[in-house]
Amino acid sequence: MSNMEKYRNQLINRKNIIVLFLLLAVYGVVQGLFNIGVLGNFYMMTLILVCIYIILAVSQNLITGFTGQLAIGHAGFMAIGAYMSAFVTMKLEGHLVAGLIFGALMAALAGIMVGIPTLRLRGDYLAIATLGLGEIVRIFFLNFNYMGGATGFQVSKTINWTWAFWLMVLSVVVITNFINSSHGRACISVRENEIAAEAMGINTTKYKVLAFTIGAMFAGLAGGIYANYMYFIQPGTFSFLKSFEILVMVVLGGLGSITGSILGAGIMTIGSALLADYPEMRMVIIAVLLILIMVFRPNGIMGNKEFKLNFLDLKKKGEENGTT
Amino acid sequence: MALLKTENLSKSFSGLKAVSNLDLEINEGELIGLIGPNGAGKTTVFNLLTGVYAPTEGSIYFQGKKINGLPPYKICQRGIGRTFQNIRLFGDLTVLDNVRIAYHQHVTYNTITGILRLPQYFKGEREMKNKALNFLKIFDLDDKAGELAKNLPYGQQRRLEIARALATKPSLLLLDEPAAGMNPQETHNLMELIRWIREEFKLTILLIEHDMSLVMGVCERIYVLDYGMVIAHGTPEEIKQNPRVIEAYLGEGLSDAGTE
Repeated sequence: MSNMEKYRNQLINRKNIIVLFLLLAVYGVVQGLFNIGVLGNFYMMTLILVCIYIILAVSQNLITGFTGQLAIGHAGFMAIGAYMSAFVTMKLEGHLVAGLIFGALMAALAGIMVGIPTLRLRGDYLAIATLGLGEIVRIFFLNFNYMGGATGFQVSKTINWTWAFWLMVLSVVVITNFINSSHGRACISVRENEIAAEAMGINTTKYKVLAFTIGAMFAGLAGGIYANYMYFIQPGTFSFLKSFEILVMVVLGGLGSITGSILGAGIMTIGSALLADYPEMRMVIIAVLLILIMVFRPNGIMGNKEFKLNFLDLKKKGEENGTT
Repeated sequence: MALLKTENLSKSFSGLKAVSNLDLEINEGELIGLIGPNGAGKTTVFNLLTGVYAPTEGSIYFQGKKINGLPPYKICQRGIGRTFQNIRLFGDLTVLDNVRIAYHQHVTYNTITGILRLPQYFKGEREMKNKALNFLKIFDLDDKAGELAKNLPYGQQRRLEIARALATKPSLLLLDEPAAGMNPQETHNLMELIRWIREEFKLTILLIEHDMSLVMGVCERIYVLDYGMVIAHGTPEEIKQNPRVIEAYLGEGLSDAGTE
């Protein structure tokens, strides 16, 4: 019995309760403001996009920031998730959950298939290979007339704030838990020194592929959320510019920082929404912002540090576990 | 039976023979030195033994089984641990994490359990942390557990490298210049430590070293390498008197020529 109690205490400690409480508060406030009409549809869309981009940025960070593999094909996996989930929800008229799971699994499968051959490459070679693969996916859907091809494909809107928010939380928790496990540390050792990692008994290829697959899976999930929220998907959305956008969020927030990626995704998405009225200035302002950040904080806003709740003086010491 | 045995082991880099026809034989429990002038091929031998390089010719037997052709991580899992001459720590990680990563091959829970935070995760992590802290304590690094490895002073980085290699639970430990850059006092302490861990962990050790007092002091047998070939091997006394060794070290001018 005492073992069970100990386990309960490890999961339900003060830190996790505070995090859960904060999440409920954010969720509740947004939902409440939306219900009473303070938050218009445009802002709601922005917030849901923030959730989608957080999933994308955090999963990209797992690949690039933690495992150290410069892969630029995230939009491709997002496209696979979007189209495959739309296939289930529209063509098969399946449930949203089935669609999201199918989309994520297909993206993960693509991740394995792409990862095994390409992760032998290093640095810029890997970047070029994954960039090309992302484009191949886009061009495949461009010619995939069964689902609209270039004209796009209509999807009925089933995602709301509740889905987007809690799926985002789930994704972040899963990736954070992964990183804070021994298997996650094995991935980080690949980034730190591949030769030493191998010599310490780490199968570096396996962990590179594992990180890549998990990253691809969550990109697929984000794609599924996107497709089932946006009414309409078309291949052009998933061009390499989207991959770069995600990478920029990760670099902005800090490679190797989950909270940094959340921050990066938030700043970029809300920033471009606020600047929507000045489309001609938007890219200029974002570019200047990025240059300034790279000059003054070259490691991104958070570096590789995490934002922690330690200042609340949490008594539970020991395990640096769990949710951010 | 020899723990490690190489037969006719050779490695060429596009025509340059870095190691040629090496026959090593190391028995269980021995402490063997591998010495030689700069560029004699000592580190190449280590890289061959640990699978970083594939041999051009010859074979390597560990515990009676052929291991050449295996990737480095499998060789490590078979029980050969190593340190690096040019320190290769996981610099941006804490001292504790460096050792925990080396312990990863003995992890008791799987990826899904880790993500779901099942009881085995907490148990496995606790165990791993305690074991890692034990290794750090041996090397007097336990109070540095939370520091980033790259911020440690040089001597401590060297010791962390050995602690990390030990955490892989090797039966054969390869130390590549463990005393490089240490002062005489530190070298002396390290010597004691190497002797002690050998007893404590029932290790067989092969070490490369330039510091002659260390090699002569701790090693039972010594192999001397020059231009990739064994020019002498025997007890420290025999090596000290061997004319070929004296020639290789002091002989015609400076013997720093050769391969790197």
